[in-house]
Amino acid sequence: MIRAITSFALWDFIQAHWLTLKYFFKPKATINYPYEKFPTSPRFRGEHALRRYPNGEERCIACKLCEAICPALAITIEAEPREDGSRRTTRYDIDMVKCIYCGLCQEACPVDAIVEGPNLEFATETREELLYDKGKLLANGDKWEQAIAANLAADAPYR
Amino acid sequence: MTAFFVTHGMEYGWAWFLATIIGILVIALPLMLAVAMIIYAERKIWAAMALRRGPNVVGPWGLLQSFADGLKVFLKETIIPTSANKGLFLIAPIVTFTVALIVWAVIPFQPGVVLADVNVGLLYILAASSLGVYGVIVAGWASNSKYPFFSALRAAAQMVSYEVSIGFVLITVVLYAGTFNLSGIVLMQKGFGLGIVNAFGFHLLLFPMWVVFLISSMAETFRTPFDLVEAESELVAGHQTEYSSMSFALFWLGEYANVLLMCALNAILFWGGWLPPIDWAPLYVIPGIIWLFAKILFFFFVFGWVKATVPRYRYDQLMRLGWKIFLPLSLLFVVLVSGWLMLTRFA
Repeated sequence: MIRAITSFALWDFIQAHWLTLKYFFKPKATINYPYEKFPTSPRFRGEHALRRYPNGEERCIACKLCEAICPALAITIEAEPREDGSRRTTRYDIDMVKCIYCGLCQEACPVDAIVEGPNLEFATETREELLYDKGKLLANGDKWEQAIAANLAADAPYR
Repeated sequence: MTAFFVTHGMEYGWAWFLATIIGILVIALPLMLAVAMIIYAERKIWAAMALRRGPNVVGPWGLLQSFADGLKVFLKETIIPTSANKGLFLIAPIVTFTVALIVWAVIPFQPGVVLADVNVGLLYILAASSLGVYGVIVAGWASNSKYPFFSALRAAAQMVSYEVSIGFVLITVVLYAGTFNLSGIVLMQKGFGLGIVNAFGFHLLLFPMWVVFLISSMAETFRTPFDLVEAESELVAGHQTEYSSMSFALFWLGEYANVLLMCALNAILFWGGWLPPIDWAPLYVIPGIIWLFAKILFFFFVFGWVKATVPRYRYDQLMRLGWKIFLPLSLLFVVLVSGWLMLTRFA
């Protein structure tokens, strides 16, 4: 009997609508994305970059450890000795479509050359733009060096 | 308006024709604008109730979002499936859209401001809004595809079920108002509740009927919790599945024009239409159209609020509610209201 009365008075619906009305006036849980961003951890694994030493020399010594460890086989490296006798890559490609952003390349690198930077906004209009070559990766390194160095320094005490 | 053109030297027939065309444009164009804005408003309402922000990038506070969407849809290609019945396929959205618009002809916006002040306005509304289901049925059949077809079957059954109870609800209102003319119904509500409240809905016998009408009007316009016609999880997009570009946009415009119409009917039949809520002289300073608009917006908020709150009914639940609860309930209230009127008004 009581159940019939409450269901005819739409009591459950009134309660539900009262709840949603309260939520209507609550502050928003989402951020205003393109204008507001969440902070990222120093360990955040975003877009790849190849770093340089402060004197401008590229760090990568073509040891191919990253190529070996990459579980997605996204990295392709070709190397030969440079004129001054040091071993350098002639080709360093990352297929960003294959990459699973596991960060193993960064872990494997003995000279902190390949890193995953803090940038996550590198969507492109075509697939081809995501096939990164050495020039693109070095340019990324130059562009994000400050943030990358700060992140590495912040994470250093914990590893 | 007709008299204005006649005094400027036009024949009566042409003057009437011109005045009617202008009247139609004066109603239809702001209506289209209102539809664009309420789609935006509704998205904002759902977003706020889900603790999201909603559209806020296009224009100030995202106000131009609907126009951006409209432009996008307009620039898309109209795809007609090869196995579809081409003529009917293209006519269906036009039917939906047109029928949604023609009903507005009898809606009174202010005393005397109505395109067609017909004496059987309410019957006209019932008849014209029943035609609306043809758009859905024709779309479902002409698409020659399974999901739209199921959607069309559901739409037909649902529309018929809820129109029955809506009909009885309207009878109770008409019994009280003593007229089928919408302006007359509004005027009868002046000081109806305790001599001060301008609303039929304030009455103990008519308030439950208003609740039935509100819920049935959601079912009539295929809104949640009765949106089985385009239940995404079962039917992709229902009768709109095969549509694209402007034919799709016409369905949307028609659907929201219908929602606005149902909000307007709620306001006019039960909550005093263009009259202010309280029968108090200073409130009449504000033009009636603003009161009507405010009431429509309030009911639209209720529609969006319900959509953001309740989940969809199962199909058998929908039918049970329509035939086993609303129909007997509204029938009972027709008897109660007529008995009450016999006791009080015609004794």
